[in-house]
Amino acid sequence: MTETIQHSVISVLIEDESGALARVVGLFSGRGYNIESLTVALVDAEQKLSRITVLTSGTPMVIRQIKAQLKRLIPVHDVCDLTEEGPYVGRELALVKIVSSGDRRTEALRIADSFRARPVDTTATSFVFELTGSPEKIDAFIELMRPLGLAEVSRTGIAAIGRGPSVFHLKKEPV
Amino acid sequence: MTAAERDAGTGNEALNGAEVLLRVLDEEGVEVIFGYPGGAVLPIYDALFKQDRIRHVLVRHEQAAVHAAEAYARSTGKVGVVLVTSGPGATNAVTGLVDALMDSIPLVCLSGQVPTKLIGNDAFQEADTTGITRPATKHNYLVREPGTLAQTVREAFEVARSGRPGPVLVDLPKDITVGKAPLTKPALSRLRRLSHQGGPDAEAIARTVEAMKTAKRPLFYTGGGIINSGPEASELLRRLARKTGFPVTSTLMGLGAFPSPDPQFLGMLGMHGSVEANMATHGCDLLIALGSRFDDRVTGRVDAFSPNSFKVHADIDPSQIDKIVPVDVRIEGDVRDTLEALLEAWGDTPAPDLSTWWNQIASWRSVDGFGFTQDMTPSAIIRPQQAVRRLYELAKETGRDTFVSTEVGQHQMWAAQHFQFDKPNRWLTSGGLGTMGYGLPAAVGAQVAHPDALVIDIAGEASTLMNIQELGTIAQYRLPVKIFILNNHYMGMVRQWQELLHGSRYSQSYSEALPDFVKLAEAFHATGMRATHIGELDDVIRRMLAHDGPVVADICVAEGENCYPMIPSGAAHNQMLLGPDQDSEAAGLTEEGKMLV
Repeated sequence: MTETIQHSVISVLIEDESGALARVVGLFSGRGYNIESLTVALVDAEQKLSRITVLTSGTPMVIRQIKAQLKRLIPVHDVCDLTEEGPYVGRELALVKIVSSGDRRTEALRIADSFRARPVDTTATSFVFELTGSPEKIDAFIELMRPLGLAEVSRTGIAAIGRGPSVFHLKKEPV
Repeated sequence: MTAAERDAGTGNEALNGAEVLLRVLDEEGVEVIFGYPGGAVLPIYDALFKQDRIRHVLVRHEQAAVHAAEAYARSTGKVGVVLVTSGPGATNAVTGLVDALMDSIPLVCLSGQVPTKLIGNDAFQEADTTGITRPATKHNYLVREPGTLAQTVREAFEVARSGRPGPVLVDLPKDITVGKAPLTKPALSRLRRLSHQGGPDAEAIARTVEAMKTAKRPLFYTGGGIINSGPEASELLRRLARKTGFPVTSTLMGLGAFPSPDPQFLGMLGMHGSVEANMATHGCDLLIALGSRFDDRVTGRVDAFSPNSFKVHADIDPSQIDKIVPVDVRIEGDVRDTLEALLEAWGDTPAPDLSTWWNQIASWRSVDGFGFTQDMTPSAIIRPQQAVRRLYELAKETGRDTFVSTEVGQHQMWAAQHFQFDKPNRWLTSGGLGTMGYGLPAAVGAQVAHPDALVIDIAGEASTLMNIQELGTIAQYRLPVKIFILNNHYMGMVRQWQELLHGSRYSQSYSEALPDFVKLAEAFHATGMRATHIGELDDVIRRMLAHDGPVVADICVAEGENCYPMIPSGAAHNQMLLGPDQDSEAAGLTEEGKMLV
């Protein structure tokens, strides 16, 4: 039995009801699973479904348990392991505040441009950059900004979706 | 006419939420509620007062209400129902809810809550009940709108009994039960996706039967899932065992699914299981797990568990499969359907020749791991195993339908080893959570469900004190429960572990300052009896069984007795401790094992 730790991006469609997120988070903490990042938002207002994207890690047996345990939660409609199902797009949004002046300010703007980061707030002494991309790209951007006046970071954690035409759960509930 | 009355839309008089709740409980077939009143549930108690279809059993502590409902559910196959007030009422119920969650018992617990507009204000007797019980239940609800009350309660019952059963809590703010609410018609379930659709996978069944036909050393390892699946599953198991000639072992929770006196039954497996069951589990070449979950009390050291077998695991809860022990074939679904499919696929295949395997089993059986020697001199001290064995034999002589509950500890294991069951749903014990104090309230629940049956709580003196207040409930409802206390003046299992693992330093495990159980019984309007020597044992048991009211029998047993066989934590099945004289290291007792529970 392999004991290698793998990373998995898991998507969960869950009823948008009070306490639903707490059930998912509580499951992870109660059973000792990792959450490396977690995003959640309503994605289907008509069916009142939210989509949670969890980046987690564990042995293959633990990852299988995580999915099986998630499926036991009553408000969970479906669980999809994007890492296992095939190629996917994973994107994270970051807001990065730089406080600096002079050459460092100019350099920050230049690097931001090469990362296609957009200044969404500008003052004489600061920028807030908006950046989207893979977590690795954001990590790299933050590292480059560190000596240039990096002051504050806010990241969303990744949202992910499978590539290609196949769709994870669009069908209505059977009646 | 108010808006709420119009909304009721039933053509009936407008009902308040409490009345709607009781109507729905009635629709769901609820006959008994175990509960305890308080401020937040007064409207529900008022509605109960005004009707006579649903009976209420007043317990003396909310934990006991849940255990009573668990035993009611386990002994009838119905959903048990609990009613408690907000705050401490709900928090007292938590232990019972977790107990039911671990042992897959279908329950609906209705808890009162402060009015919706006070939630979050630290109101009197407010607790975040849905927050606290989220990991303690299969699912829970907070009813915020009167319009959703009826459907929420219906759904709670569906969740409790569907799939792998479990406890469900519905938190009911007082304004919801006081105010008018519509008795909405049952809606189509939104939970169809939750129940397993269709039968077991045909290919998995075929692979299993193929393995069954070629196995030389097969074994059925059955669990509580067979009991939960209903008496029909037990019947199918018996047929499959007959047809194949395979041996059967069972977990603690599965006892009764297969008749224990049957020669094909090897007894319970696991930490305090029989020699033959554990050695067969270790040595089998085909292990078929049916409604069991490879609990650590069963597996011992996981990497040494049944090392050379082809493993099949049938369970209704897919998350249980491959959770602890990786298996070769997984069968998802109700074990009743699985058994039916296996029987059909087996067809008229003659039972294979397993004589070598059975000879091997016979040699393990001859070790007689449950054996003990009772000195029959009348003044001799009573050995606890003898007390349970005689209780079984004399209870059997009465010919009455017998239900046995237990507390948790050594007495529980001796009961599992020495009391025999030939029907399912008669054995009520706290397996997964190991809740001391379970047995007395469980006996209440079983006796309420089966007023004419013989109901015995096989108890230890320490455990039974944890819910001893239920003697009041027993008195109030004139329940003829027999409480059979194996009194060794110790928390015996704690004492046993301290002896084996902690140099016999009996830290805090002596039952100091015990009550006089005979007087205690009398104080609660029951009959007290005591046996201090073996010469008195049979007479006390006979008088207890013959008495038509509740009895507390204080059976004074040997203080230093340990429960054997024992697979120490972290050891393998072939490393059992068989008795006090055995070298404990050879039996797999290790420093590493000490870390485990």
